[in-house]
Amino acid sequence: MNVYKCTLLSNTRLTESSHDLRVLAPEMKDARPGQFVHVKCEGFTLRRPISVCDFDGEILRLVVDRRGAGTDWLTSRAPMTVLDILGPLGRGFSADGNILVVGGGIGTPPLIYAAKSAASADAIVGFRTASAAMLLGDFSEVCGTVQIATDDGTLGAHGRVDTLLEKRLAEHKYDRVLACGPAPMLRACVRVCAGAGVPLEVSLEERMGCGVGACLVCAVKLKDGNGGTYMGRVCKDGPVFRAEEVCFDD
Amino acid sequence: MTDMRVTLAGVELKNPIVVASGTFGFGHEYAELFDLSELGGICVKGTTVSQRDGNPSPRIAETPSGILNAVGLQNPGVDAFCAEEVPFLRKFDTKIIANISGNTLEEYALLSEKVSAAGVDLIEVNISCPNVKAGGMAFGTDPRSAAAATDAVKRNAGKVPVMTKLSPNVTDITEIARAAESAGADALSLINTLLGMRIDVRTRRPIIRNNTGGLSGPAVLPVAVRMVWQVANAVKVPLLGMGGVASGADAAELMMAGASAVAVGTALFGDPYAAVRVRKELEEFCETNGVAAVRELTGAVRPW
Repeated sequence: MNVYKCTLLSNTRLTESSHDLRVLAPEMKDARPGQFVHVKCEGFTLRRPISVCDFDGEILRLVVDRRGAGTDWLTSRAPMTVLDILGPLGRGFSADGNILVVGGGIGTPPLIYAAKSAASADAIVGFRTASAAMLLGDFSEVCGTVQIATDDGTLGAHGRVDTLLEKRLAEHKYDRVLACGPAPMLRACVRVCAGAGVPLEVSLEERMGCGVGACLVCAVKLKDGNGGTYMGRVCKDGPVFRAEEVCFDD
Repeated sequence: MTDMRVTLAGVELKNPIVVASGTFGFGHEYAELFDLSELGGICVKGTTVSQRDGNPSPRIAETPSGILNAVGLQNPGVDAFCAEEVPFLRKFDTKIIANISGNTLEEYALLSEKVSAAGVDLIEVNISCPNVKAGGMAFGTDPRSAAAATDAVKRNAGKVPVMTKLSPNVTDITEIARAAESAGADALSLINTLLGMRIDVRTRRPIIRNNTGGLSGPAVLPVAVRMVWQVANAVKVPLLGMGGVASGADAAELMMAGASAVAVGTALFGDPYAAVRVRKELEEFCETNGVAAVRELTGAVRPW
């Protein structure tokens, strides 16, 4: 982990609100699936945490959702812009064996790198609507089967990913499920995977400060294994946690 | 070569740049990036008598040129701090500044006894945390209770000097500063964060779960400079100035206003090397401007 000056190679729009950035970053050689980088946005006090979508040893791929002025700045950079990137950060997925990745919306990008790194992978991805769907071609390349759900039924199954997940786990065997997406989706994955007896890892999102574990703002309540709880740091102890570690009740 | 040494409450710092409490944890994370011995001192995360979970998330919101935070003094408790963190920090050639926060005077006394026995170099008395219900800022907004907390710590600190951390959320900070000084504070640090609030207008919810939080970052620098200047003119004890420092020039400004040393905090979130960079820039400033010893900057402002 360190701060690197990395050249932006390309910036393409994926959906109405998201961009696909490719950055030359051979220094990030240790970046693992599920880790993230903390990107400086000019004129802002805080960096923006972005999950690693893919990494081939040289080119770091980041899918960025435009959520405010900081990510507006980042997604409007032209190629050859030098970005100030802190990373790789956090604890990633156990991306080995035969896995099923489950993603929702802007939670789908880190699952590309996870699926690619595993021995074999299938995917279930959900989006609000067809025009918000992203990375479907990439999932097809790195996964055996890709199932899609949309909230409004404009693409794939009409409904939520947990319905597809429940069916899939009843018919196929996986070493592990890896999930990233909004909190209600993750809660549903916890319920379904617990019911099916399949280990689950979840990638959490929280507003971050330092990104390295020092400032304690991205707190998440975790189970200590003895009936008690403690506060963990999404940036340092996560963002990926074993589902049974996380208190989802809040 | 500029003489970068400064003295704060009798403690010699190799340079005037320290890191602010709550922004640096206990140093483990930043020690992966640079040698902590580069720093004049480390104000560690605030500690309390018992372990605390802190506030629910979200605990941070960005603001124009700053941030709001409401961590709520999450920490492992003073015994874990003394047993595990002090020995770790002792491995570095830098001064350890413990930050203690009590709910009662008895707690301040107990914390003082424990951290001084653990061998810290300086005790920062936190009477100004805006993010906890009991204690915290309640002690720091009234001169009598500020004096009482300072006195309770001083009486139990043995030879370890005591520095009271002042809240800017008061009508007249010099009144609290004088009260802490007369209760035996060897130094004062200022400013803690300014109480603030942000609302997500789409959801009508405050961004921070605690509703309100403490404002820090470049936005508060002019407030810090003004308050350091006012306090420097009101007391004789040395000051540790902080609030929005992000460059060597910012640090020089706080020193000219009256600070003997300067803490860097929020700037670390944008640049993890900010404290080391500020120290280098301050040294360059001194060299460029013919300042032989950085301590000459303290109080060097020429007011109109």
